[in-house]
Amino acid sequence: MKIAVALLVVVAGMPLLAQVNLSGEWVARQHEDQLERGPGPELGDYLGIPVNDAARLRGDSWDPSRITLPEEQCRVHLSTYIYRGPMALRVWEEKDPDSQHVIAIKNYISTYEQTRTIWMDGRPHPSKNAPHTWMGFSTGKWEGDTLTVYTTHIKTGWLRRNGLPESDRATMVEHFIRHGNYMTHVSIVTDPVYMTEPLIKSEDMEFDTSEQTAWLWPCEPVVEVIRPKGVVPSYLPGQNPFLHEFAARWGLPYEPTRGGAETTYPEYRLKLKKMVPEPPLK
Amino acid sequence: MLALEMSAESAPPATPEQFHKYCGAGCQPARDCQSRYPVAPGEPVPSPNRPRIHNLPHTFAVTTLRFSLLLAIAPLLAAQQTAKIEVLPVQGNIYMLAGAGANITLQLGDNGVLVVDTGLAPMSAQVIAEIRKLSQKQLRYVVNTDVHEDHTGGNEAFSKEGGTSTVVNIVNTPGQTASQAIKIVGHEGILDRMSASVNGKPARVSLAWPTDTFFDEPKEFYFNGESIQVLHQPAAITDGDSLVYFRRSDVVSTGDIFMTTGYPNIDLPGGGGIQGVLDALNRILDLTIPAHHEEGGTMVIPGHGRLCDEADVMEYRDMVTVIRDRIRAMVKKGSTIEQIVASRPTMDYDGLYDVSRQSADAFVETVYKSLTEKTK
Repeated sequence: MKIAVALLVVVAGMPLLAQVNLSGEWVARQHEDQLERGPGPELGDYLGIPVNDAARLRGDSWDPSRITLPEEQCRVHLSTYIYRGPMALRVWEEKDPDSQHVIAIKNYISTYEQTRTIWMDGRPHPSKNAPHTWMGFSTGKWEGDTLTVYTTHIKTGWLRRNGLPESDRATMVEHFIRHGNYMTHVSIVTDPVYMTEPLIKSEDMEFDTSEQTAWLWPCEPVVEVIRPKGVVPSYLPGQNPFLHEFAARWGLPYEPTRGGAETTYPEYRLKLKKMVPEPPLK
Repeated sequence: MLALEMSAESAPPATPEQFHKYCGAGCQPARDCQSRYPVAPGEPVPSPNRPRIHNLPHTFAVTTLRFSLLLAIAPLLAAQQTAKIEVLPVQGNIYMLAGAGANITLQLGDNGVLVVDTGLAPMSAQVIAEIRKLSQKQLRYVVNTDVHEDHTGGNEAFSKEGGTSTVVNIVNTPGQTASQAIKIVGHEGILDRMSASVNGKPARVSLAWPTDTFFDEPKEFYFNGESIQVLHQPAAITDGDSLVYFRRSDVVSTGDIFMTTGYPNIDLPGGGGIQGVLDALNRILDLTIPAHHEEGGTMVIPGHGRLCDEADVMEYRDMVTVIRDRIRAMVKKGSTIEQIVASRPTMDYDGLYDVSRQSADAFVETVYKSLTEKTK
């Protein structure tokens, strides 16, 4: 009886801990969507992305040469996209020294050396006048064994690195789900400016004990192309010559490559079968 | 193509949360999160009964004038009671005040108080009250980034608060005194437009006018332990725009040349133009240096909207340039203004600002006029 009471006292006195500890080092498993996550999406490939006309026009206008501008060379993948890369992820917990309660769960992401904080102490999100960052401002909570995270205050950036935009009003809900030595990351991105429906993606990671991982991603901008001051490379509407390449390379009709919510649903395949594929590249 | 080589000889990793110091009102102080504080370190807590400096004589005319003004701005005063001014620590000596019209930049230190822009006139009492929560030092400088009333509306109130005839001791000359007034710094274009009656609209009261103007070289001075450059940007939003660069705090206050809430509000009759705006945006990019991977470092206080850094200016510069290029291409093809407006060259950016179609079209027309006037 005394032992039971003592155990009860000990258990009751323990701080609230995460149901699952995600701490440790993880590497991305690239078996899913490899072409997008390694080489990257092709120009004009908006297939399966619920974009609207405004996003299409920005994507069509985007010239990859823009990232040769010094101020654009080191721009970071947003938190809504960065987990797609061939990255390594370190997770650890920040605890209050007095109570041992988890204040925050931290992520260090090797791509662009980004440190991300997921606040677990119930603090509110900042005001609309606070700065936006590449990783945004995140708060988290445990839902059973799943860590659910809500992120706001993300900078304007790209939804995919082929010029599809994401606005600074985008928000993201994520679920981190650990299965032993594997972890699934699910993200649901809502962008009222450039998407008509949320974009849902998932990636898997594997616990990494190899200690072979590259953690650094130095970037120092340099002038790569001599241009007159103020030039921003872009295509005028209707003048991007590369938009049909993706469809032609993969034998797809052009229409679905323009994306849209309809192209995210399985029923779209029925419509797709009735379309004429783009002629092959010469 | 990019300078993204993986190397052990890299820059040091980012300081954890170096950029996440804005935790929101009510946030819990944590070791790695600097919460907001209402009173600057070392500054005394203000007394609500502190006497204010008022130098205007209480004549019947002044009383009548005040009553008339009160009637005129009554609706704005009503709105003011519900408006909330937010104070955001930026870095170094600098704060940003949002919610009083245009953003107000505040620099505090042992030498006194400096503000960049003064917001709308009906908000002045609230703005000054917020400043007094942070510092009891004398208001010494107002710097105006342009002439528009959301930037200069509080000039008169600040002149009164700062004192227009305060007697001060002269350093190293015991027994000598001099009359010292608050300085209102601005490009001479601001003074020209503020002091003139235009289209039946009377000139602004002289207390609101810049007292310390410049017209060519950058205005430079040293205050509160740092060098300050007021950099005129010709023919941008107006002909009197300036950037204000706090070199030690590493903060740029941009006025309406850059904002996160809308397209540039180019005032063509006021001497503005699209190329001047683009030149000024590129000048901001020259001044700013990010700390790590295009984030943080030099902070940027826009004319309207949230606190920013270089990447935000870059996006805005890109947007204005892309839209300018589209309109310019159509002008070169001989398109009419109606055809250009109908093509909706801003369509992919309108949603960022929640602008009406009418407002977007007005921006397109302004750019068109600015471009075609240049080519005449």
